[in-house]
This record gives sequence, structure tokens and C-alpha cells, in this order.
Amino acid sequence: MIHFVLLISRQGKVRLTKWYSAYPQKERTKVIREISGEVLARGPKLCNFVEWRGLKVVYRRYASLYFCMCINQGDNELEVLEIIHHYVETLDRYFGSVCELDLIFNFHKAYYILDELLLAGELQESSKKTVARLIAGQDALVETAKEEANSISNIIAQASK
Amino acid sequence: MGSQGGFGQSKEFLDLVKSIGEARSKSEEDRIILGEIETLKRRIVEPDIPKRKMKEYIIRLVYVEMLGHDASFGYIHAVKMTHDDSLLLKRTGYLAVTLFLNEDHDLIILIVNTIQKDLRSDNYLVVCAALNAVCRLINEETIPAVLPQVVELLGHAKEAVRKKAIMALHRFYQKSPASVLHLISNFRKTLCDKDPGVMGATLCPLFDLVTVDVKSHKDLVISFISILKQVAEKRLPKSYEYHQMPAPFIQIKLLKILALLGSGDKQASEQMYTVLGDIFKKSDTLINIGNAVLYECICCVSCIYPNPKLLDTAADAISKFLKSDHNLKYMGIDALGRLIKISPDIAEQHQLAVIDCLEDPDDTLKRKTFELLYKMTKSSNVEVIVNRMIDYMISINDNHYKTEIASRCVELAEQFAPSNHWFIQTMNKVFEHAGDLVNIKVAHNLMRLIAEGFGEDDDNADSQLRSSAVESYLRIIAEPKLPSVFLQVICWVLGEYGTADGKYSASYITGKLCDVAEAYSNDETVKAYAITALMKLYAYEIAAGRKVDILPECQSLIEELSASHSTDLQQRAYELQALIGLDARAVETVMPSDASCEDIEIDKSLSFLNHYVQESVEKGAQPYIPESERTGMLNTSSFRNEDHHEASMHGLRFEAYDLPKPVVPSKSPVTYTPSTELVPVPEPSYSREVHTSTAVPSISSSGSTELKLRLDGVQKKWGRPNYSSGSTSTSESSSQKTVNGVAQTESVSTSTSRAQATSSFDLKKPQVEISPEKQRLAASLFGGPSKTDKRPTSSSHKVVKSSSHTTERPPAAKPVDASEKSTPVQPPPDLLDLGEPTVTSSAPLIDPFKQLEGLLDQGENVSVPNHGAVNATKPPEIMSLYVEIAASGQSGGVVNPIPTNGDDLLSGLSGGSIKTAAPGGAAGSPSLSKGPSLKDSLEKDALVRQMGVTPTSQNPNLFKDLLG
Repeated sequence: MIHFVLLISRQGKVRLTKWYSAYPQKERTKVIREISGEVLARGPKLCNFVEWRGLKVVYRRYASLYFCMCINQGDNELEVLEIIHHYVETLDRYFGSVCELDLIFNFHKAYYILDELLLAGELQESSKKTVARLIAGQDALVETAKEEANSISNIIAQASK
Repeated sequence: MGSQGGFGQSKEFLDLVKSIGEARSKSEEDRIILGEIETLKRRIVEPDIPKRKMKEYIIRLVYVEMLGHDASFGYIHAVKMTHDDSLLLKRTGYLAVTLFLNEDHDLIILIVNTIQKDLRSDNYLVVCAALNAVCRLINEETIPAVLPQVVELLGHAKEAVRKKAIMALHRFYQKSPASVLHLISNFRKTLCDKDPGVMGATLCPLFDLVTVDVKSHKDLVISFISILKQVAEKRLPKSYEYHQMPAPFIQIKLLKILALLGSGDKQASEQMYTVLGDIFKKSDTLINIGNAVLYECICCVSCIYPNPKLLDTAADAISKFLKSDHNLKYMGIDALGRLIKISPDIAEQHQLAVIDCLEDPDDTLKRKTFELLYKMTKSSNVEVIVNRMIDYMISINDNHYKTEIASRCVELAEQFAPSNHWFIQTMNKVFEHAGDLVNIKVAHNLMRLIAEGFGEDDDNADSQLRSSAVESYLRIIAEPKLPSVFLQVICWVLGEYGTADGKYSASYITGKLCDVAEAYSNDETVKAYAITALMKLYAYEIAAGRKVDILPECQSLIEELSASHSTDLQQRAYELQALIGLDARAVETVMPSDASCEDIEIDKSLSFLNHYVQESVEKGAQPYIPESERTGMLNTSSFRNEDHHEASMHGLRFEAYDLPKPVVPSKSPVTYTPSTELVPVPEPSYSREVHTSTAVPSISSSGSTELKLRLDGVQKKWGRPNYSSGSTSTSESSSQKTVNGVAQTESVSTSTSRAQATSSFDLKKPQVEISPEKQRLAASLFGGPSKTDKRPTSSSHKVVKSSSHTTERPPAAKPVDASEKSTPVQPPPDLLDLGEPTVTSSAPLIDPFKQLEGLLDQGENVSVPNHGAVNATKPPEIMSLYVEIAASGQSGGVVNPIPTNGDDLLSGLSGGSIKTAAPGGAAGSPSLSKGPSLKDSLEKDALVRQMGVTPTSQNPNLFKDLLG
């Protein structure tokens, strides 16, 4: 099971955090500090895994962004590495050549996508197409909501003329 | 950028994000966020905030919280937002509460009602959003509130809803297994769902269920195998393929379950052999996900009833892992550790690879290797392994791991110690460096071991052990800052055996003990141990008829302790003083020498008091009433039970109270007690009802275990129509036959493969000389698996042993060393250089492709002799793995925010096709399926500029495509 997901930039800035196990706020800050210390200090060509407090952190670097997932001792690290990649590919598909800036300004969308991929610390959907379809469905709803809101405000504007 | 382009937030928020991005230090970032918190606190309570605005505030709260600050003042607003009718707002509300609240938060009770309503919604997206929240927020107390609805959703028309409902039930199971135990049959049903996503999700709870109880799921073996087979045969929809692998994540989950089901079950395992063999064959070792499946396959093979052919295949896969990059080496070492339990010889072929991993600069790999060594320790190699472990333990600071490795050292030393002397030395080292981290039980074990000896009937050896312990402790005791636990052991041993062999005088040892008590005057436990040790020493002296002269420092210590704040220390000091005053015979009885192992007989019935009691009763005293009878009279015990019962039943209830029922007779005393409890009388009967209601479904579920999966149906769902169920069954049977055939000729085939292996080694004989040191290490670690007997003590035996092993080694081993040794591609400074390559100009100084070519060249150089064919196709994959790392160079100082051509890091994401073009000119070649990243980046940059939020720190990395 995945305990948490962290996205940290090369400079140690937090880009996204998602907790599947219960960590109180104070503990979270500590965890982030510890993990970013461990992961960012690692050189290239080493394993993408770090043992941490009896758990394992699997990380992968994309451009200057580190994607970290914390898993149990018995889990398959290579699989988690691919779950990360799967997430990045899904983000890429959604944003179109996703870059760090997309995630900085649209972190809530990154959360929505993550929620379609992982649930309760497990991979719930391994088909990118299905995830994309669900996200699109939600976005479409958002669009119609916006249009409705606009038309209502137009009506109000006209009425108040 | 597409339709998601306009970031959609206000300028204010974008500015916030931007200023955070530019913050130079954590404190600056904190200052900005604190300002933001103040703003939000003020704004969010303003009346009549438009909903859109409120949504943005909530997202800003999420941002604040994400950066590690407390946004609890706004939680209630997020909760309110979940109540909104518009999905847009509701979704934001749910997102925020799932991020803000842990499952034990008080506000959750306010959301449960909304969730209940949303689970009934007609819009499946609303249901999905609610289920997401259910997974995160529902705790043990609130499970009953939503459980019936979630179960109902298992039959929802939309597969996304069914899938999430399963995941929610899985979460419930983790939180409170009893709550969903009656739903096991539902999981079995969803396993046959026509949507592969739902089936895949069902594997999560099934895995947990099988872990807990293997037996009752044995009947599913066939279904899992059939699903796995279909997945491997690519019968699932194309969209489940990942990098050309058919649904690898589902395969992995299935393999995990099969491993559990096949463990120790020959019959079940035999059914799996064929499909496992297929997966071994089909897994693409050139891509990461293929290796992930392969690794899981190895794990499965090592768990189930062993099959020689599969074990060989697994061993081959492992040896490939060990020759690859760091990640795979790590997995290989791990897999080796699993396989070694079944075939202990397998490690020997890989000895040098293992030693290379042990000496690797990568800590993670090193630790994994230690884990492997721990698993393969036997009495012939325990010294080398434990010494290595201790050296490593001393070198690290990570307390968590230090504790683990220390306890492993202790365990191995206790289990395999070749000599008493070595054992004591080892324990001393462990205690010295990690004393405060090891379990106190380890110290007690050590004391007991020294007291009892090694269990042999050789008193001489035991006393030798003790005197060597005493000697080593007297040497160590002077060292500064010893851990408390270690000092306790030292004091105890010195007190018990300090003067036993007559080598040291009592006054010498008492002097040392006083020094300890003085040096660690803050540690009361140590002082207590020290003074008790003093008492023992004096007692032995008195008993032996020698004159006791108490050193002045001892005298002052005793006086100091008899005035101590700790009553324990005081008592010990007074006891000591009293003991010194007694005559030799009395002392002998009170403190017999070397009696720590003798059993103390305790007469629990206190029969020696009978006479006294009799006398008192005759004089008219009250007879004793046992406690049970006393409490029985007062009814307090039933009170207790009731209390306890209440505590366990405490929880929120979401359904209406039952009608009062006639009180159950057995509970009747409760009603008559002058109750101080607030609980209404019908409570007990209610709780009973709950119990029975949970009991009934469990019976029905046990009945449903007979519910068999109809596999034909499953096949039809996914297979192409021309696949009839009949054909698969025949293919199965035929492959079964081949397995049998193989099993018959198995011994022959393995022997021939061995022969092949040795001949291939001979081919590569003229090779680089390996360092004799490494060779020796290998010999001492792996050599002589037959030598498992306990070695007699001898001071020089280590040298003798290793040299003898070196000569014993087969001639083939040497060439292996050579090829292994040259395998790790090690550009020496690079591995240790943790910093980024310093690039100051805008143009990339380091050409990633050059580097990669180098890597490729090296790779070929190294392994052409035996794996040329494999490696020739391999390099592209390695490249794609490392490309992102290679181009990390651009830190600050670059003026142009637009990514230069060199930043374009695309490469063979699309399955191993490398871009061979030099990184100049048109970087994004249109032939690639990915959009040209340069253009995209420019667009994004332009957009950002338009909005006036360009990060001025000019970090070009921000624009870089995450995926090449």
C-alpha cells in the first residue's frame, strides 16, 4: 500500500502532497523534511529506492521534479516506479507536454487526476484511457456549469439594464 | 496546453504562487504564507462571498496546508462547500476535506450526512466524488452509516462507481475487518465483473483477505490462474496495456495472490506452473515494467511449492538483474534473498556480484545486501558477516536502521557463534556502539548466557567464558560514555563473576564499580546495578572467610546512596550495610555464590503461615475471604464487565434505537444495581442484537464459499468470440503434459545446464586478475556450504579457514570473478559526486547524448563476451531511463527562461526508439508522437508572461517537459 505521495522540486519546494495513511500535520512537515533531505541528496545512477523508517520510498526524477511514493517493506519497488510513471504519463496526456509550471498553478487538477489513479493507497485504475475519460467527464461538467453561470449573469445584466 | 490553458485563478493567487516560487529561503516562504493566512482569515468570514470566490479561497487554503502550515480555521468552510449543489463546488469541497482532515477529525460527523446524500445521487460523478471522500474520511465509527449504500453501489451501472465502491469496502476492511466480513461473497462476484478495471480493483481486497485466511480461498486458485492466463494472452482491452505489456499491474497483483495461495500447497502450485512459465517467457526484460512483473514472478516461484524448472528460470532472471543497473541489482539481491531459502546454492554463483553490491557507494543497495547476507548466514561465515555488519553499523547515523542491524547482529551471534570469546567480543562491540538502541531483552539474554554458559556440560568452558567476559569488561569499563544498558551488563557480570577465578582482587573490582557509579551518577539504574554488584562481591568475600576492607570511596558511595531520593537505591544501600554486619554462614545463605541460574522455589500458597493463621482464627480473627468471593458478593465484577462491554460498544449509531425489549435474564443484576451509568437499560439487549446480526451473515458467507466461479463466462467476456472455452481447456491439459515430461527429465536437464555454465566460464579464462582481498571475502562468505559444523575455538582460525576455502574453490570460479568484476560501469568520481554538474552558460556544456554513448560503449565492452545479443538491444532502454537525469544541469544563472535546445530531453519514452539526432536545430522532430516540447514551452511561457506572473528567478526547469 502507498502511504503517501510527495512531489518535491530540485530546490526542495513542495509541489503536491497526498497522504493515504494518517499523519498529523506536524508529523507531515517532519516527514517532508526528512524525505526531501534523503532523496535530493542522492546522486544519479543510484537506486531509485530509499529505506526510511522501516518503509521504502520510491522516487523518480522528471526534469527538476521528484515524484516520491512511500510504500511498505514487502511491496514491489519496480511496480511503484511504474505507477509514478503512469501518473506522469496521465498528467502529460491531460496537460499536453506537462511541465512543472503546470503543476504549480494547477495543483488541484493534479490532485483530481491522482484521485482517479490511486484510491486508499492502492492503484485503482491502470488504464490511462479510463482515467482520461473520467477526468474529461468532470471537466465537461465544469464547463457546462460555467456556461450556465455566464448565461445567468447575462440575463441578470440584461434585466438590470 | 489545450483547454486547460487559462489557469483560471485570480491574479492575486497567481502572484502568491509566483512569490512562493521565488522565495529564496524557507523562512521567506513561511513569511509569505503567514501573510496569506492572515488575508484568508479576514476574507473568508466576510459576508456574501460569491461562490466562485469562495472556491478559490478553499484552493488557497489547500495550498497553504500543502506547504505545511495550519489552515484549520478554514476547514469548516471546506466542509460547507461539500454541501453545495453544484458539482464544481462540491468537488472542490471534497478535495479540500480529504486533504485537510484525518479520519479522526471532529468535523467528519458534519460530512457524513452529505456523503450519504451524495451516494444516492443520480449523477455518477457526484457519487464518485463522494466515494473518494469515503475512502479517506470514513472511520470505524462511521462505517455503519455508509456501508449499506456502498454495498448497493457495487451494482451501479457505471464501472467507475463499482470500482470505487470496491476500493471503499477494501478501506473499510482495513479499518475494521469485522464490518465487511459478511461481504466476501460480493468480492467474489465483482471478480467476474465484465469491466477489467473493476476486476483489477477487486484484487486489492482479495489480496488482503487471502493474506489473512488462505484456506477459505483455495477454490479461487483456478479463477486467478485463468484470469492471469487471459491477461498474459492480451485478451484485455488494448487500453490496459502499459508499454506494450498486457495489464502489468493486474498481473502483479495476481502473482502476489497466487504466491500466497500456492505457499506450501503442492496441488495448487502445480496448477500455476504453466502460467508462471509463460509469464517468465513473455515478460519483456528491456523495460522496467517487464522486470517488475518478472520480479513478482520470481517472488511467486520462491513462495509456492518448488518446481526445479521454474527455479532455474528464476535464477537466470536474477543473474540478469544482478548484471544490470542499480535498481535491478537491488531487486536481484532481494530476489536472491527469497530464492535462497529454497535453493541455498544459488548465492554461490553470484558471490562477486553480491560483494560488489556490498561495497557499492549506494547505501540502499548496501543495506539490501546486508539483508541477504543475514539470510544466508551460517556458522562457517558468521564471523565475516557479523563483523561487516558491525563496521557498517558504526559508520551510520540512522538510528532506525542502526537498531535493526544491531538486533540482527545479536541474533546471528547468538545463533551461530563459533566461540565464546568471539561472542563476547561481538556483543561488546554491539553494545558499545548501539547499546541504547537494542532491546533491553538482548542485555538480559547476554547476562543469562554468561550465567548459564553455552548449555554444554562443561563447567570449565563456562568459567572460561566468564573470565574472558570479566577481563574484557574491566578493559572497556574505563571508556567514556558507555550506553546504560551495556553498563548494566558490565556491573552485573562483575558483581557475579568478578572475583570468581581469583585473578582480580575484590578491592580492585569494587573500586572499578565505584568509579562507574560515580561517572554515571545521573543514571539510577546503573547505580542500582553497581551497588548490588558491590553487595555480591562483599558477600562472597565474607562467605569465603576473607576479611572485607571497604574502600573509602565505596564507603562514601554507600552513604550517599542510603540518603538517595530513590527508595530503590536507598533500600539496596541499607541491605548492603546490613549484610556486611552478618556472619559468614548467614551471608552464604542469603547470597550464595554463582546461584543466579538456580531456580527459586516459591510457595505460592504460603503454607508456612498456616500455623499462624490458625492461631489467629482461634483467637477470634475474621477468616480470609478470597477476592473472587468478596467481589461476587458486591456484584462489582459484573459492573466491570458491563463497563468494559460499554467501552467496546461505544460508538455512534446511525440507525434508530430499537424498541425496548424484555431484559435478558442473565443481565438482570445490572438493572438492580444503583447505577451511576448514563446508559439506558435496553442497551445490553441492543448490543446483543448487533452481535447476532453480524453472526448470521458470516454463516451465510461460509455457505457461499461453495459459490464457484463460472470460468467459461469469464472467458467469453474478454476473449475474442472465436475463443471457445473448450480450446483453452485442451491447451491447458497439453501444457500440463509437457510439465510432467519436464519433471521427469528434470535432473538431466539441470545437470547439462550446469555443464554448459562451466564450459562458458572456461571460455573467458584469460581475464583481469581480481584483487585477492575480494577473493578472500568471497571465499569466506560463500565458501564451503558443506561446512556447517561448529568450529572449535582457535585464535588464528579465521586465516586458516579462508585460505583453505580459497584452495577448495572450483577452478571455474575465477573467470566468473573476472567477468563480474568488470561489469559495474564505474566512472569513479561520478558516483560520489552528489552535486549537480555546474553549468553556467545557457548552452548545455554536457551533451547528454555523448554521455549516453559513453554509457552504451562501456556497456558493450563489458558484456560482449557472454551477453552480446542481449545487450545490443538493451542500451536504448538504459538511455531512456537515464535521460532525465543526464540533463539536470541548469540551475540558476541562466538568463533566458526559454528552454534552449539542449533542454529538450525527449527520448525513447515511446518504447525504446532513441532520437539519434544531435540536440541542435529542430529538437522536437515531428515524427515523434509527442508534441514538440519547444513549441509547447514557448506557448506556456508566453501565456505566463501575458498574465504577468513570469517567475523572475528564471528557472528554465519549470518549463521543461516532465516527460521527454
